Amino acid sequence: MRYAMAIDTNKCVGCADCVVACQTENLVPHGYCRDWIVEKVDGTYPNLDMIFQSERCNHCDNAPCVRCCPTGSSHIAEGGIVLVTHDECIGCGACIESCPYDARYVHPDGYVDKCTFCIHRVDKGENPACVDVCPTYCLHFGDLDDPNSDVSKALKDRNWYVLAPEAGTDPQLYFLR
Amino acid sequence: MKEELIVSGKHLPKIYPDLHLWHWEISLYLFLGGLAGGIIFFAAYFVIMGKEKAMPTAVKWASIVAPLALVIGLGSLFIDLNHKLYFWRLYTTIRFQSPMSWGAWTLLLITPLSIVWVASYMKEMFPSWDWKFKFLNKFEAFVIKFRKPFAWIMLILSLILAVYTGILLSAFNARPLWNVSILGPLFLVSGYSTGLATIMWISQNESERKVLSRIDLILIAVELFLIIHLFMGFMAGTQVKQEAFNLFLGGPFTVSFWVFVVLIGLIFPAVLEIFELRGYHVPKWVPSLLLLFGGLVFRFVMVEAGQITRYLY
Ligand code: SF4
Ligand code: SF4
Ligand code: SF4
Repeated sequence: MRYAMAIDTNKCVGCADCVVACQTENLVPHGYCRDWIVEKVDGTYPNLDMIFQSERCNHCDNAPCVRCCPTGSSHIAEGGIVLVTHDECIGCGACIESCPYDARYVHPDGYVDKCTFCIHRVDKGENPACVDVCPTYCLHFGDLDDPNSDVSKALKDRNWYVLAPEAGTDPQLYFLR
Repeated sequence: MKEELIVSGKHLPKIYPDLHLWHWEISLYLFLGGLAGGIIFFAAYFVIMGKEKAMPTAVKWASIVAPLALVIGLGSLFIDLNHKLYFWRLYTTIRFQSPMSWGAWTLLLITPLSIVWVASYMKEMFPSWDWKFKFLNKFEAFVIKFRKPFAWIMLILSLILAVYTGILLSAFNARPLWNVSILGPLFLVSGYSTGLATIMWISQNESERKVLSRIDLILIAVELFLIIHLFMGFMAGTQVKQEAFNLFLGGPFTVSFWVFVVLIGLIFPAVLEIFELRGYHVPKWVPSLLLLFGGLVFRFVMVEAGQITRYLY
């Protein structure tokens, strides 16, 4: 099993509903976020291209944050989801320094926190909160090993890219273009 | 004109837009760890070489500084933890892929052993010293009997301790300035040099200082050599490495690195030490203070600058 997410940059309108849904679902403390929107503009004026990317932890297959954790608090759960066990975390920050995507933060309570792919929902067979709330249906979640999953179908006939592949972490967020 | 604009809605204190999570606590620890490593290494080395009589400061007096530095360094690391009450989780597991894990275990071993080292010389340093308890006297006799094997253990642990201060940073692939394997040896040599500076400062013995000064000059030369290699590596590297390099060549860390670390912290004290070896009078605290200052600034610069460097995407 390999959970992953596909994000359709052609459909995303940058409304940030996914960000707010996550903050509400996961009681993310005020002033923090587990997912965020990046707006990219490029081209030559007046022919400019703009896309939105809804980003979060990439749940890397080769996760440096897990390797460098001195307590084993950062670990890989079923389906490749990278998690932090709060009462094993000493808040040393090694994992934050090791993440090329800056996807983690220190929770005001002291432990390190980040996107969990809403594992509490996924375990019940539901989608992550951001996926369910998206008004343009541009987020696709599921198991890459299952050809009938939402994410496998979304990736099938489309071109995609991942972020900073040169960092070598084997990220599992696929951006469709 | 080709435009490229990236706007991010990410809002994370201390993480974005520039990572600045680790500060003086880590820099100070890296400095004290290297310094203690240096002191312990030379104490052990001269015992192994049978030079206890000729190098009394290196073997006995200066080694008092090592546990002090380690305890302050440990305190500094502890202050840096955000989830302090759970620090003991470090010692419920060993994770070989995590430098921080084996660093924590090394500290757990070397700190008490460095206290034992000092204790075993208490009677030599203070002839009227009395341990009061019989079992302490017995333990002392045991340590003195096995002094050479003990010195070997300390020598190896001091190597791990000092190399670890560099590897802690170089293990982070996400920060291009840190992710160079030369950082381990560089921090080792620099740490040993600050250890030597401390011993030389304390030493009252002319001939001992000469020996130490000669070793220190070699260490400084090796350190400069490694720094040149470090920057050659960045220059020949990918774009992110070159941007790391630019922080030191015209960027915000240019002065602090080249003036405070290289010129004032390495070249000046080396010149002063050469003068001293040639028979000129140089107040002994001057080169030592400069070396310690340079070593401290070096660690501050590396910790702060490294966090700014990142992959671009
Ligand atoms: S909710 Fe959907 S459309 Fe809105 S920003 Fe998030 S991914 Fe884009
Ligand atoms: S994106 Fe960062 S936090 Fe998430 S798995 Fe990869 S390295 Fe770890
Ligand atoms: S902050 Fe917590 S999860 Fe991150 S490396 Fe340290 S102990 Fe592990």
